[in-house]
Amino acid sequence: MDPGLLSRIQFGLTASFHYIYPPLSIGLGVILVLTEALALKTRNPLFQQMTRFWTRIFGLIFALGVATGVVLEFQFGTNWSTYSRFVGDVFGSALAAEGIFAFFLESGFLAILLFGWDKVSPRVHMFSTVMVALGAHFSAIWIVVANSWMQTPAGFHLVQAALRQRAEITDFWTMVFNPSAMVRLSHAVLGAWQAAAFFVLSVSAYYLLRRQHLEFAKASMRIGLVVAVVASLGSFATGHQSALLVSRYQPAKLAAMEGHYPASAPAPLSLFGWVDEKAERVVGTTVPGMLSFLVHGDTTKPVTGLAAFPPADRPPVQPVFQAYHAMVGIGMGLIGLAFLGAFLWWRGTLFETRWLLWVYVFAVLGPQAANQLGWFTAEVGRQPWIVYGLMRTKDAVSPALSVGQALTSLAMFLTIYLALFVLFIYLLDQKIRHGPAADDLEMAYHRR
Amino acid sequence: MLDLNLVWFGLVGVLLTGYAILDGFDLGVGALHLLTKKDEHRRLMINAIGPVWDGNEVWLVTFGGALFAAFPEVYATVFSGFYLAFMLVLCVLIFRAVAIEFRSKLPLRWWRRMWDVSFSVASIAVSLLLGVAFGNIVWGVPLSAEREFAGTFLGLLHPYALLVGVTTLALFMMHGAIYTVLKTEGELHAQARGWVNSAIIFFVLCYGLTTMATLLCLPHMSQPMRDYPVFFAVPVLTMLAIANIPREIHRGHDVAAFFSSAAAMAGLMALVAIGIFPHLVLSRPNPELSLTIYNAASSPKTLRIMLVIAGIGVPIVLAYTAGIYYIFRGKVKLDPMSY
Repeated sequence: MDPGLLSRIQFGLTASFHYIYPPLSIGLGVILVLTEALALKTRNPLFQQMTRFWTRIFGLIFALGVATGVVLEFQFGTNWSTYSRFVGDVFGSALAAEGIFAFFLESGFLAILLFGWDKVSPRVHMFSTVMVALGAHFSAIWIVVANSWMQTPAGFHLVQAALRQRAEITDFWTMVFNPSAMVRLSHAVLGAWQAAAFFVLSVSAYYLLRRQHLEFAKASMRIGLVVAVVASLGSFATGHQSALLVSRYQPAKLAAMEGHYPASAPAPLSLFGWVDEKAERVVGTTVPGMLSFLVHGDTTKPVTGLAAFPPADRPPVQPVFQAYHAMVGIGMGLIGLAFLGAFLWWRGTLFETRWLLWVYVFAVLGPQAANQLGWFTAEVGRQPWIVYGLMRTKDAVSPALSVGQALTSLAMFLTIYLALFVLFIYLLDQKIRHGPAADDLEMAYHRR
Repeated sequence: MLDLNLVWFGLVGVLLTGYAILDGFDLGVGALHLLTKKDEHRRLMINAIGPVWDGNEVWLVTFGGALFAAFPEVYATVFSGFYLAFMLVLCVLIFRAVAIEFRSKLPLRWWRRMWDVSFSVASIAVSLLLGVAFGNIVWGVPLSAEREFAGTFLGLLHPYALLVGVTTLALFMMHGAIYTVLKTEGELHAQARGWVNSAIIFFVLCYGLTTMATLLCLPHMSQPMRDYPVFFAVPVLTMLAIANIPREIHRGHDVAAFFSSAAAMAGLMALVAIGIFPHLVLSRPNPELSLTIYNAASSPKTLRIMLVIAGIGVPIVLAYTAGIYYIFRGKVKLDPMSY
């Protein structure tokens, strides 16, 4: 046991647990903007009821997101102080910008979204909802920019300071628009929309199966399906773009994602399989030359493999391979589910297809799993580097941190997060069982 | 020539002061929470801070981000050095957020009592711990030549730091009591008026002790005032602001009392800033190893970029934050969307 390993486990745990919530609030923000705009335009009380119900769910999810997110802002300093000293000049500004441009906006206008129904006009309320959704997206922008800088650093130079070397900004916009930032941002945001869309589908399907709140459930499901189709297709497209960038800027990560060992050879694409790390090959179903085709548009062109890197510079292969393939598999399944639903909607039989509704009830877990696996691929695939090619993870840990301290905090977070998760599921279930209140129809917009 | 490091010393201070003034009142409300017995009163207390508490906490998060960007060496040294203390703060902040969110979700008595206690204990603990951390910054901490914290967790709990911790709690309780007076009516309002008077006495006692301890043990904190007597204006104005609080409360000008209390907090922060300048983390016993606003800062280019970001962002934030406080002005009422 060393403090570095414990810190990695702790960061993984806290970040993964946090990332249950922000995708839902980013995506639900979009859905709230849609339903409230429809309510404002059509004056149909059903849309008001939907806005009120999903706002209540949003409030619960947002609170958990805030509670678990504060930890992350300080963890760079507590556990990764050497990293913080090295990157502060570059990475810190993205984090500070997130606070100033995103967190204030989101939490400030959330007050009006949740508690301001009777205090402001419908238009001001609509504006607040848009600001909350915008704030959630701004937050995604800055944090993905910061993380992308760790994957594909740009816009900086290394300077020898008094005690140690550090990275200093040379061009802010080059740093912000580092090679992978915008593609990874769109992939993350679309994954968030998927998470919320399938969440809405799950709750709506549950009501339809129980024959409760039928009008509400049908209307919610239609909106959920529209977002699900758009976001699933978008995830597919941006995922492909993202893999191309990995092949260009982080070839070792791509090689691990596909279990491709030969230093330079045409590469097959594995659909699924098991990496035999001793024999340096993948056992499973593969399409010959397909990875070369996806990367270069030519099945015979070579792709850099793990053998091109000294063992000390290779990421763990099996976990990255499995996480990546599971993410892609789930992503494909979600596209199928979204399109099947849209097709049945068009045929007019969606709400009677009970087996699909049952699948939807559980499909809420799909985007959650895919989002986690995607980050796992990105972060573990970057190893052994914390900043790709510049600083190794093992050199980034706080020297002042002891094993005892790291164990204490890890045990503390593990306990609290488990308890929180149980409570969250319990209260979410209560809210869903309670359903959209009948008086939501009249309660909205007292001032109209 | 603009001294960017000085500007950022000021801006980071403004963020911390903003946090103290804003989260200070909701932590104070939390610390006083268990003094009310009726469920309705407890709901009123929580809903008085309901729409704004998480926005207030953002000031702390943004302070962390700004410290990381402007003074990464301080961010790295302090947070890794005060590891267990900050992990405790973070855990307690999680508990507090969850308690506010979950308390009124179920009508069961044991459930509400459990979260009431969590909310109040968490609020007290956050106030104390932040105060202790602040006390250590003023007192100085052992640093190695590599700028790593060289002390122990228990070493942070020396009498001066504990005194600053209790003073911070007293200050937040006074501030929170005034806020409760401002937001409530009837029985709870009358009760809160009583708290204000006791809290002021508690705070003034703590403040007096802290001032004496500082003058006796930490001559560097008052040296700038001996060098530049103009700085004497700050403690004098702070004292006037504190003295004005009971006066305004007595006259029924609750809003003025709240602003007086906020001004007193700003004055106290200014006093500390003047005293520690140019140090951010004073090294004790080897002052030459201290982190200052010059040796711990980011490059001038980053400080300039950040100044542009702050210049665009902060006025917008202040404008809509003021707008939101205006929208939620007046006495708090319970409705179906309340906690």
